[in-house]
Amino acid sequence: MLRYILRRLLQAIPVFFGTTFLLYFMVFSMPGDPILALFGDRTPNEAVYNSLVEQYNLDEPFIVQYLLYMRDLFTGNLGVTFSGRSVNEVFADAFPVTLMLVTMAVIFEFVLAAVLGLISGLRAGKLSDQFNLVVALVLNSIPAFVAMFFAQYFIALGLGWAPVTVGANATWSTMWLPALTIALTLYVVGMRLMRGSVIESRGADYVRTAYAKGLTSRRVTPVHVARNSLIPVITNTAASFGALIAGTTVTEGIFNIPGIGKVLYDAIIGGQGPTIVSFVTILTVMYIIVNILVDLLYAVLDPRIRYV
Amino acid sequence: MKINKKILGGVAALSAASLVLVGCSSDDGGADPEASGTDTPAESNADAIIRTNGSEPQNPLIPGNTNETGGGKIIDAIFAGLVSYDAEGAASNEVAADIVVEDPQNLTVTLQDGWTFTDGTPVTANSFVDAWNYTANLDNAYYNSYFFEDIEGFSWDEPVEAMSGLEVVDDLTFTIALNKPAADFAQRLGYSAFYPLPEAFFEDPETFGQNPIGNGQYMLAGEDAWQNDVQIELVTNPDYAGTRTPQNGGLTITFYATQDAAYADLLGGNVDVIDGIPDSALAVYEEELGDRAVNQPAAIFQSFTIPERLEHFGMDEEGQLRRQAMSLAINREEITDVIFQGTRTPASDFTSPVVDGWTDSLEGADVLSYDAELAADLWAQADEINPWTGTFQLAYNADGGHQAWVDATVNSIRSTLGIEAEGYPYATFAELREDVTTDVIESAFRTGWQADYPGLYNFLGPLYATNAGSNDGDYSNPEFDALLEEGISTEDGPTRNDLLQQAQEILLQDLPAIPLWYSNVNGGYSEAVSNVVFGWNSVPIYYEITKN
Amino acid sequence: MSDKNPHYVAPIEESDQTEIDQVKLSERKSTLWLDAWRDLRRRPLFYVALVIVIFIVAMSVFPSWFTDIDPYATDSADLSKSNGPAEPGHPLGFTRQGQDIWARIVYGASTSLSVGLITVAITAILGVPMGAIAGFFGGWVDSLLSRIGDIFFSLPYFLAAVVVMTVLSDYRNVWVISVAIGGFAWATLARIVRAEVLQVKQQEYVQASTSLGRSRMGTLINHVLPNSITPAIAYLTLALGAAIVAEATLSFLGIGLPNSIMSWGNEISQASITVRTDPLPLIYPSLALIITVLAFTILGELLRDALDPKARARR
Repeated sequence: MLRYILRRLLQAIPVFFGTTFLLYFMVFSMPGDPILALFGDRTPNEAVYNSLVEQYNLDEPFIVQYLLYMRDLFTGNLGVTFSGRSVNEVFADAFPVTLMLVTMAVIFEFVLAAVLGLISGLRAGKLSDQFNLVVALVLNSIPAFVAMFFAQYFIALGLGWAPVTVGANATWSTMWLPALTIALTLYVVGMRLMRGSVIESRGADYVRTAYAKGLTSRRVTPVHVARNSLIPVITNTAASFGALIAGTTVTEGIFNIPGIGKVLYDAIIGGQGPTIVSFVTILTVMYIIVNILVDLLYAVLDPRIRYV
Repeated sequence: MKINKKILGGVAALSAASLVLVGCSSDDGGADPEASGTDTPAESNADAIIRTNGSEPQNPLIPGNTNETGGGKIIDAIFAGLVSYDAEGAASNEVAADIVVEDPQNLTVTLQDGWTFTDGTPVTANSFVDAWNYTANLDNAYYNSYFFEDIEGFSWDEPVEAMSGLEVVDDLTFTIALNKPAADFAQRLGYSAFYPLPEAFFEDPETFGQNPIGNGQYMLAGEDAWQNDVQIELVTNPDYAGTRTPQNGGLTITFYATQDAAYADLLGGNVDVIDGIPDSALAVYEEELGDRAVNQPAAIFQSFTIPERLEHFGMDEEGQLRRQAMSLAINREEITDVIFQGTRTPASDFTSPVVDGWTDSLEGADVLSYDAELAADLWAQADEINPWTGTFQLAYNADGGHQAWVDATVNSIRSTLGIEAEGYPYATFAELREDVTTDVIESAFRTGWQADYPGLYNFLGPLYATNAGSNDGDYSNPEFDALLEEGISTEDGPTRNDLLQQAQEILLQDLPAIPLWYSNVNGGYSEAVSNVVFGWNSVPIYYEITKN
Repeated sequence: MSDKNPHYVAPIEESDQTEIDQVKLSERKSTLWLDAWRDLRRRPLFYVALVIVIFIVAMSVFPSWFTDIDPYATDSADLSKSNGPAEPGHPLGFTRQGQDIWARIVYGASTSLSVGLITVAITAILGVPMGAIAGFFGGWVDSLLSRIGDIFFSLPYFLAAVVVMTVLSDYRNVWVISVAIGGFAWATLARIVRAEVLQVKQQEYVQASTSLGRSRMGTLINHVLPNSITPAIAYLTLALGAAIVAEATLSFLGIGLPNSIMSWGNEISQASITVRTDPLPLIYPSLALIITVLAFTILGELLRDALDPKARARR
């Protein structure tokens, strides 16, 4: 077990370099001149332009820019944004907020997917199963902007059940509404995965054996059916966790949440190489860790899976 | 000019909305009046803090290096310049006791005695001259250095420590010599690039940028007043020596990532004044806010530019006919009415109704009104010279919420002229600007301009003069240049405006850019405040706002 | 082994019931599909879903059969009808730009359907083998493939799409956009398949297959994969809808299909802005999307049920 974890951590090193290199390459090949954009519709004078290009190392060839960046990275310096703030500081401000939001959202998503998927699977083909599917598909087809917007107007402004925006005090209790809205637009995939596995495991030998032993469905359903059906749902939830960390821009915008989504979007739009790469690098590391945890969780849920 | 992200770029819209990217954060607890009150107990009435919207400054808070509205709003609140503008844009002396225009190339400035920065140091002639020299110095690569290019001794080729045109006579007097006549130079002096800086700045610009020391109506509420990406807290400056005395205890500017969030907060009573309305609420905000809705013209001009190097659009007879036909084919009334819900005003010239000298009766201005028949006719005439082929494309940046009006505009052109026309999106503003600046772009493209200072010249000189900095279409007409030059050398206001109007009449013939409409400033305020007036530059006149 | 040389389970001499013990292998194989078809024929839902899919496919191939309006005509937009209500000849009313909503849904079907199906195909072709091989073989193969998946998964989708779509900006068509979407979506599917394979390969029949001397690859294809495909089908039918919506998002960001190509996604994203005052232009194309995805999901579900002997046994 320990060896397995160690091996996975060692494997993270090439992933880390692969990702940062690929990222830097992508940022480098991104069209658009970030310096020109800083001046709006006014074309900057050549001298001012050149000196800014130099300041951000944008005149160096790709590989030199990458190496300069890696050198800084290993000294713990993630660079500065165009606004002169250190990327470390920006990250330290924004990351905990997003982490909180996303954690809450994936917990909601997981619970919705597992519970509704279990119900659907146990009652496959019945009315409640079909109703579940239609509701989930409708929610899934609503653009994020529209969903957030309705949540804000009807639940926060209309009913007053949640703060209209989050702003300076980003806490669990102020962010439940955006988190739940994210979960509602996402849970359909997890729910369908759960439903499929439940149907499958209901016909599996170990479930039949359990019933044959005289166990009631009250006991069989949670222990034998549900537990064994959770693996694809967990995989999917972990995947949404990774995708959401970098992808809550719309939610953060509408609920005014000072998180990663906005900063990263700004950086991509503005072509701010160091900011993009630093953020995504840290996210990659996190993603690798989450994946290791998920793989270990498989073994807990299904004792037949072993890691050596 | 200040980059207003609303009109230029930076709109975050990942799914399906125009989320105008402005910054971040606020909510019922966001504005904490007590926290700011404790810093200056003598002056601040905790209840009188005005909560408003803004965006995270893109640069350190240094006047010479701030060229976007997020930082600009804060800079304008904490600094005072030689002159200030009133709501209509008329300039009057602020720190200056007197500005004498000796001739269009020489000015003498005398300062009032008694002004100090918030660190206690006095505002002297050197505070201005040193700040200007620092900003203009190429070594520092400040965004606003171009404001000083008219001053004697300024150079784009080598760093200049001190421009020869600036001379300190005594503590309260200095002279300005210009390298070319600029009769409206005194009028420009209220722009933030011309604000003074204390000695503390020169010792450590970096620290200063995070914690600026100004001489304006407000000041930062303390060390931690600026919470990045969240908000900034300003309180009144007890040593402010000007006449625009704040009627409130301070400002809390909350940084919003989208206008949608700011608007929702206004409805929820979590913010007092906002200076933007999201697209999603344009149709309903006047109904929802009643007489607390603001919709008035602003110093923002929108157009699209057709570079002359494009086939069929050269400055010859064919090109002229086609440009005029294009302009006549656009139903501006209908688009501003339907798409913008009346929050834009159809253009009748190349400037803006809020500046002195604007008129809707220029000779040839009828080319800006919709006339389907004439448009088709002119287009057919051009086809006789050289038949039209291909698709007319209008490029825009997709990160700016422009798609709806671009689509409506090309649809108007399509149906009137019966040609294929389409919007051509660039993913980012950066990408569009690169192709525009390097003359790579092979289509028409959207252009917009927000005035730095309220004068006709600012809408014309930088955009259409031969080789001017923002002359994106590479337009060049000696006749226009001559009128512009003559206008800017004329001291008498009305005569100057007259000449600049004549220059515009040439533009109406050539149409280097097709004028579309003037953006209005849209905003609103809550029932908790009164005396809300929006200025010519689209920013609320904060110091006059009172809390009920 | 052909039908002419029957294969016997037990030695002929030992039994007088040779006819019964005789197993025709080819016949047995063909009945899997035959059984499935017999099963499907009995289910009314199958016909409903089939009719919807045929209808939508017909719409995308012959749009002019369904509407007289040509939404590509230069005079197809009339701003004075912006968000207008239904009127004779315009059953669903008008978009914000004053275009006929029904005609745009009809003409958008082909783009949306193609993007959805091609993306699903790309995702499946990349994701299923990657996940199956990684999960089944384990060891360094698993490490290598999973880590490649990690790299793809860590890249922010938006950034990747911006780069792909701008580099290929001269070729913005259905294929390129499907590659841009599917090329980065497979990593999730691969992980789901891998997880399922990890579970299935521990089953007795899999171990039996290998111990009976079947090759590892053969075991994977014949025994493991068919039993691990359930979550993949569930994922892919939903990915169809997700791809259609993703196309909309890309178009909205200015890196999708040109505005002149109609698609449901485009309609949805453009109508989102006015949802507070005029929800109908948003609701109609969304309904088209939901019905399509629903039909494909039901078909996929029924097909899986019909093909899965375990599920069939219970009925």
